[in-house]
Amino acid sequence: MTTLTPLLPLEELRSALGPAAAGLDDLVAQVGADPRRLDRVFPAAARRTARGPLEQHPQVLAQDAVRVALLVAAAPALDDDDLLTELRSLYRVGDSDEKRAVLLALPGAPDGLVAVDLLEDALRTNDTRLVAAAMGPHARHLDDSAWRHGVLKCLFTGVPVSAVTHLRERADDELAAMAERFAAERRAAGRPVPDDLHTVLSAATHSSRES
Amino acid sequence: MRIFDPHIHMTSRTTTDYEQMHAAGVRALVEPAFWLGQPRTNVGSFLDYFDSLVGWERFRAAQFGIAHHCTIALNPKEANDPRCTEVLDWLPRYLAKDGVVAVGEVGFDSMTDAEEKAFARQLELAVEFELPAMVHTPHRDKEAGTRRTLELVEASGLAPGMVVVDHLNEVTVEQVADSGCWMGFSIYPDTKMDEHRMVAILQERGLERVLVNSAADWGRSDPLKTAKTGAAMLEAGFTDDDVDRVLWRNPVEFFGQSGRLLLESVDSDGDAGATFEGNSILRGPRA
Repeated sequence: MTTLTPLLPLEELRSALGPAAAGLDDLVAQVGADPRRLDRVFPAAARRTARGPLEQHPQVLAQDAVRVALLVAAAPALDDDDLLTELRSLYRVGDSDEKRAVLLALPGAPDGLVAVDLLEDALRTNDTRLVAAAMGPHARHLDDSAWRHGVLKCLFTGVPVSAVTHLRERADDELAAMAERFAAERRAAGRPVPDDLHTVLSAATHSSRES
Repeated sequence: MRIFDPHIHMTSRTTTDYEQMHAAGVRALVEPAFWLGQPRTNVGSFLDYFDSLVGWERFRAAQFGIAHHCTIALNPKEANDPRCTEVLDWLPRYLAKDGVVAVGEVGFDSMTDAEEKAFARQLELAVEFELPAMVHTPHRDKEAGTRRTLELVEASGLAPGMVVVDHLNEVTVEQVADSGCWMGFSIYPDTKMDEHRMVAILQERGLERVLVNSAADWGRSDPLKTAKTGAAMLEAGFTDDDVDRVLWRNPVEFFGQSGRLLLESVDSDGDAGATFEGNSILRGPRA
């Protein structure tokens, strides 16, 4: 068996969902009885419970927290390899919301469970919801080049770099140089440079001072 | 004029189309899975296409203030290629999703046994997933194809009110009207059906169970034909409320039967698109 950390503890999520918690209870029971039910209930999570930011936890979307809770419910019946296979399968045929929930679940997976392939897939898209979710804590498994390009993609597509978990620890001179070149192109075109450029440059300065 | 285009293939259209559609009043649409002009040769090609219908195209539409939905199916043309039929086994994964508002386009192209087998199987899936079905009628021998379509629908046990039979004209409308199925009309720049013939059909038959679409795709077609039909209705003496019924309330009623419509972001200005939603999603760190 394996385990997974939820985005919110189950009781907090139930309380935040209010009357929609009944839907969560039903889905969790289905998955707990048979993890293969994930195929059907993972996509149905939002319409069976709720959609959008949770009132008590405005930084968390209801559908994300519910989908990760379903993975948590399935985990005891799976080992690490099965869980990784399941995550890859749900991601493969997921719509953007489902893919995003899988990406958000990865940081809560056991240490040995690494899914760089899913992060790389998300970073190949231009879907800002996926790009943001890929640059969370699990992005520590990306190699330096892929990670820098992920940060640059955030700047390029307008994803706030606050979505990048280890920016201040990992930003380096090469990232700063890439960001400067991106800004130079924007200026040459007479287009606005995102404020987050300075966040990235200052993180790179901070990080080189630390090292 | 608020417009819900119940059948349009946005994958083949440009961002200029999205802008012009929004300016004309389009705030929601359904993109049915169909063929792409170039036949596919393997299942993976279908899955990537379905992924784009529930992923990238939905995101792209939202950036222009348009709520994008889709239907999922193995279309009748490609049901004839044995390299593609295995996609039927993958359909349940996609039919479970939000924003997937029907099984479709199913139906007949050349009236083969393979087409009939795929059609019947997918009507079973519509029953299982409690989804409506969108049925394509053949462009050649439409009358016979429509007749056989209605026989298969009746045999499937799917309620006629859960089925739209599409691409109808003056010759085929009668039998579909009598069946209790919804009647879909695709308005093209030339041939098949135009907005003035459409108005004549509405004058004769009324507005009930009628869906009007542009069916715009990679061929000669016009994504503004829904709006132009609305204008032709007004010219002919229909009221604003009549136009709203045909171009908005009817498709909402039909596809609403799926329980999967994603209209929360549509307001009267249509300004709330993915950028807005994206920002709200991105607000605050996720760690």
